[in-house]
Amino acid sequence: MTAFHSHLPVLQVIVPMLTAPLVILLNQKRLPWIVATAASLCAFAIAVTLAMSVMAGQTIQYSLGAWPAPWGIELAVDAFSALMLLVVTGASSVALLAGAQSLDKDIEHHRQPLFYAAWLLALSGLAGILVTADAFNIFVFMEISSLASYVLISGGPDKRALPAVFKYLVMGTIGATFYLIGVGLIYMMTGTLNLADMAFRIEDVADQTPILLAAGFITIGLALKAAIFPLHIWLPNAYTYAPNMVTVFLAACATKVAIYVLLRFDFFVFQPNLVGHDFQFTFFLLPLSLLAILVGSSVAIFEPKLKRLMAWSSVAQIGYITLGASLLSVSGTTASVLHIFNHSLAKGALFLVMACLGMRIAQLRIDNIAGIAQKMPWTMAAFVLAGLSLIGVPGTAGFISKWYLITASFESGAMGIALVVIILISSLMAVVYIWRIVESAYFRQPEEDLVITEAPIPLLLMTWVVVLMNVYFGFAPGVPIELATGAAELLHGQTP
Amino acid sequence: MTVIFGFFLLTLLLITAVAIVQSQNLFVSVMLSGMFSLLLAVNFFLLDAADVALTEAAVGAGISTVLLLSALAITAKHEKAPSSSRVGALIIVIIATLVLIYATLGNPQFADPNAPVHQHVAPWYLDKTAEAIDIPNVVTAVLGSFRGYDTLGEVFVVFTAGIGVLFLLGTQPGPFAQSNPFKLTDPKGLRHYLIPRVVGRMLIPFILLFGLYVQFHGEYGPGGGFQAGALIAAAIILFALLEGENSALKVIPRSVLIGLIAGGALLYGVVGLFGIFLGSNFLDYSVLSSNPVKGQQMGLLIIEAGVGITVTGVLLSIFHAFAARGKF
Repeated sequence: MTAFHSHLPVLQVIVPMLTAPLVILLNQKRLPWIVATAASLCAFAIAVTLAMSVMAGQTIQYSLGAWPAPWGIELAVDAFSALMLLVVTGASSVALLAGAQSLDKDIEHHRQPLFYAAWLLALSGLAGILVTADAFNIFVFMEISSLASYVLISGGPDKRALPAVFKYLVMGTIGATFYLIGVGLIYMMTGTLNLADMAFRIEDVADQTPILLAAGFITIGLALKAAIFPLHIWLPNAYTYAPNMVTVFLAACATKVAIYVLLRFDFFVFQPNLVGHDFQFTFFLLPLSLLAILVGSSVAIFEPKLKRLMAWSSVAQIGYITLGASLLSVSGTTASVLHIFNHSLAKGALFLVMACLGMRIAQLRIDNIAGIAQKMPWTMAAFVLAGLSLIGVPGTAGFISKWYLITASFESGAMGIALVVIILISSLMAVVYIWRIVESAYFRQPEEDLVITEAPIPLLLMTWVVVLMNVYFGFAPGVPIELATGAAELLHGQTP
Repeated sequence: MTVIFGFFLLTLLLITAVAIVQSQNLFVSVMLSGMFSLLLAVNFFLLDAADVALTEAAVGAGISTVLLLSALAITAKHEKAPSSSRVGALIIVIIATLVLIYATLGNPQFADPNAPVHQHVAPWYLDKTAEAIDIPNVVTAVLGSFRGYDTLGEVFVVFTAGIGVLFLLGTQPGPFAQSNPFKLTDPKGLRHYLIPRVVGRMLIPFILLFGLYVQFHGEYGPGGGFQAGALIAAAIILFALLEGENSALKVIPRSVLIGLIAGGALLYGVVGLFGIFLGSNFLDYSVLSSNPVKGQQMGLLIIEAGVGITVTGVLLSIFHAFAARGKF
């Protein structure tokens, strides 16, 4: 490992972070986009390198300021964070590469430097949460990523973006504050903020009230951020009214990073130490996951607005992710982590299709896209393939994680059959809501002659890149499965 | 004595909080929230957290009150009657409060030297500060060096908030229009009010001087970039209130403000990068000078300057963004 390599964990965060102040100083037309895209691609390259190091079996740690943990802040990258970093930096890079024209439409020229700076800050905030091994540092970067994503969403062309983002802001702030209260209580009882040190020191005080309440505050706070049912109510509107490209970026990764912190905290700190915590975790999370799956899918079936429909489908998909984790088995957690990756691919592709449609149609409603497949054949073909991945048809990435989830459910004992039935029912519901869009686009006659053309080439190209990745990872899922399995084994305390 | 005083202050705090929620007049709420911050600052001071107290007083009682007033100027002065019943929300808040109170029952005793926070990391910080950084104020050492990465993050939180407000209010480059419905940001300022103007102008140099003192005294006593930035911004906002916003913009135009916002944050980051270039880790200041202790002190001085610059720039930009908003 060269000297430069050892700095990669911190560079992952500070490359986009320190580029942000530079971007606000740029006024030429395309320059902010070019610089932001370059920084994002650089972050993606770092994430790929880190993932390769992790898969080669290296443990990656970094002490900031060269102060040893737990006194200084420590960064650590393992299989779980490496996979998440790929998702976050990949989503950001794809959305930026695809989105120049789409964002020109939504954001006025003179506000673009600020917008791209906020984008980079959101990226660095999410990456910062993923690489750190310090509970308070997670909060700092949660603040950066949340504030920046509020800014990004508020850039939506519809005036309703503002009330939507205000709701998100209030609920997100409550979530972050709850997390901070929990960390504060743990610090009071253990005197440490380093997660590994915390997991070790919490053992002696694990039965005391402040620790138990800290577990509650942290779980609820992160569940708010992760939009876990029934704390998801900020999500549909925030995704619907955000600029299309912002939806691509945030839908693919923002809530998942909160789930990452939740799983990490719960599996590393609470479950090994708190008596009966694993049972409580399942007892709360399992029913909520099932409700999320069923309610999210049902609402999506009746939703006329396309982006809102996709957002409700995300509520259901978050349910799949938490369902896997709530089974408390290595195979369940593998399915959960794998689904984070695969759902990002599928939903990223679907929201890219929404952005393609948004370039040509003002109001994205099911009725408005009647017969559009004749005019935008490539866009709608991409939609069909990405939709198949969302449903979980064999040959797509979505199938792999659903298969893992079903296998894990069967292993979980008596209730396994019931879980599998619910997963299958909700997959059929996904067929219904995807089919409604396909039916409108392919088989309905347009009301008047549509004078529209195919989406801009860069946007369409990136859409297809992600769609083909859905197919590729459907046939060759080796890398994500290896990382997800590694992550699950880490979370369950088995050394891989 | 301290306990009695603490009870007295906390009771006042509670009363103020209830009054803020109760008041339908938003102007009254803003004034009360300034009072709330001041009371909180005194509380922090009583708990020997002088650094936090200074920040709370400067930012909470000073700047936020001005910013809230500016926001009020472009909305309404009275709260709209709530459209739906808030009983459910009230119940949830009460439950959360009770849970929090329940959590405090298991706290270690106040000022107990055997509490975990005093036993684990704190002794190391006390020893290491003397040994590796050699400054009297351990708080500055922890914030600036041992946990300097968190502080870098916080500077970027402030930075994000600044660009967020600028983005949302969409301030355009170029001269601001001349008419403004609200006196607070009258382009002519308070020029025709003789007494505030004379007294205010006399205060400005002293506030600036105190700001600089707080900025550079952080290594020896309570203070540092966050507080200093708020104080310096307060002095310039006072100037804007007295002389009119446009005069303030002539002194520090928008382009300079953007430069300050970006420059301070970059300064902090670049000092961190020097750690990497000089063969150590990010944010290791020891390598800045041949003598590691001198290097640490130098690093702290520069990053505190970076913090101060960005905080000043962000607070002034937010103020101008609000003040100019009524004119579009």
